[in-house]
Amino acid sequence: MGRVSVKNISRIFTKKEENGGTEALHDVSFDVEDGEFICLLGPSGCGKTTLLRITAGLETQTSGEITLNGVPITGPDPKRGMVFQQYSLFPWRTVIDNITFGLEMQGISKTEAKKQVEKYIDLVGLEQFKNSYPYELSGGMQQRAAIARALANEPEVLLMDEPFGALDAQTRNILQDELLKIWEQKHVTFLFVTHSVDEAVVLSDRIVVMTARPGRIKEIVTVDLPRPRSRTSPEVNRLRDRVLRLLEEERFHR
Amino acid sequence: MSFIKKIEENGIEVLSLVVAVTIWQIIADKVIHNKFLLPSFYDVISSFFTIVKSGLLFTDILTSLLHFSIGIIAALVIGIPLGIAMGWFKKTNRAIDPIIEILRPIPPLAWIPFAIVWFGLTHQAAGFVIFIGMIFPIIINTYTGFKNVPKVYVEAAKVLGCTRNIDLIRFIAIPSAMPSIVSGIRVAMGVGWMCLVAAEMFGVSDRGLGYQIWHNYYLHRMDVVLVYMLLLGFVGLLIDRFFRHYVDAKLLRWTSGTVV
Repeated sequence: MGRVSVKNISRIFTKKEENGGTEALHDVSFDVEDGEFICLLGPSGCGKTTLLRITAGLETQTSGEITLNGVPITGPDPKRGMVFQQYSLFPWRTVIDNITFGLEMQGISKTEAKKQVEKYIDLVGLEQFKNSYPYELSGGMQQRAAIARALANEPEVLLMDEPFGALDAQTRNILQDELLKIWEQKHVTFLFVTHSVDEAVVLSDRIVVMTARPGRIKEIVTVDLPRPRSRTSPEVNRLRDRVLRLLEEERFHR
Repeated sequence: MSFIKKIEENGIEVLSLVVAVTIWQIIADKVIHNKFLLPSFYDVISSFFTIVKSGLLFTDILTSLLHFSIGIIAALVIGIPLGIAMGWFKKTNRAIDPIIEILRPIPPLAWIPFAIVWFGLTHQAAGFVIFIGMIFPIIINTYTGFKNVPKVYVEAAKVLGCTRNIDLIRFIAIPSAMPSIVSGIRVAMGVGWMCLVAAEMFGVSDRGLGYQIWHNYYLHRMDVVLVYMLLLGFVGLLIDRFFRHYVDAKLLRWTSGTVV
């Protein structure tokens, strides 16, 4: 189960020279249902990545609280998996050794861990490359392996920080479709940061649109379209248009 | 066909060596005519075989390798943990860095008097001088490697459940810093080899390749001096090759995709 609840989160970054500092997030609150697919969307610098990192436990909030199933988040935990925008596979480990890393940290033996992660390697279609080193893989394959590595810990929430941002448009589309398949099979709550309206509309149940800095919630858009979604159907385009207009308002606000 | 091809492949290197040796032989034998100023290639080779027959050669090589081993083991055992502690914990770095910055510019050979005073004319004394020469490159490269561990690997490890410092160091920082640590060890081995010769020359030892150079200089046997010089070069080369081969195959296989 993975119910995330964000309550009145604010984050101020302080620098020594500056007084007061920069406010990245201002009083953000929303709830995520178990198994829901949520996209965080907003102009760059709106604090969406910061919010995700606080949820991961890699950063701390200035005030407010995020809970997972009612328990406040204080630090990183394998229950909350994360996929980064940069390629984050450990280059000194092969694909399979990357994917077993989380299980090894739980004290499971390497042979046992390898058996357990087999299904995740299958799930992301990397059977052929499991003994390759990351440098031998394309960007898309590296992100697939990173997703498998996060899934291997069987997290309740999967946090994704623009995981497809560095990929070309076609690979991106393919991975989006694959990610949805994984989501349907695995029943994991997804929090997905993106700056792409297309991506948000194709993927999510709800889109949390944020304002320019300091980031607040501008609007939460429910995407009420059946999956699989066509990328070009009139409904999708209408929704895209609506979200784009929201973002555009933000641009002129500044 | 394949024989000709082989000559073509390796020919230039071999030819260049042959020409160099020939020129050396001609100059020594026909121009200088003085075994003391410049022994010829032939002199050197025949002295080499005399030394091999006497059995001294192996004792000297083994003695030098013993000195070198004492130095490198001590430098690794002390240098790598120090570099790790400095690279991972900021406060440790602040505490140790000033001491290192003061000690580091002192040339290792300046430690020879204290090496003798502290250890006497022992293998440990020679090993100590080599240790001084090797430890700083090892500390500094380990430290640099640790400083440059990409943040994303540490964060990825943390969200995968690897949160204790000791685990992060063991599973993330050490492997990530390995290329830097290894290159520090290679630099250190070069410096250590130089210190070895100097330490043995200055009487810290009464055996070893460096000692023999100085000893035979007193005996005016410059051909033997040259034998030991060449031996130092070859043994040093072998150690470096062996190390590189081992490291590339075992420790750094994952870097073969990157440009070094």
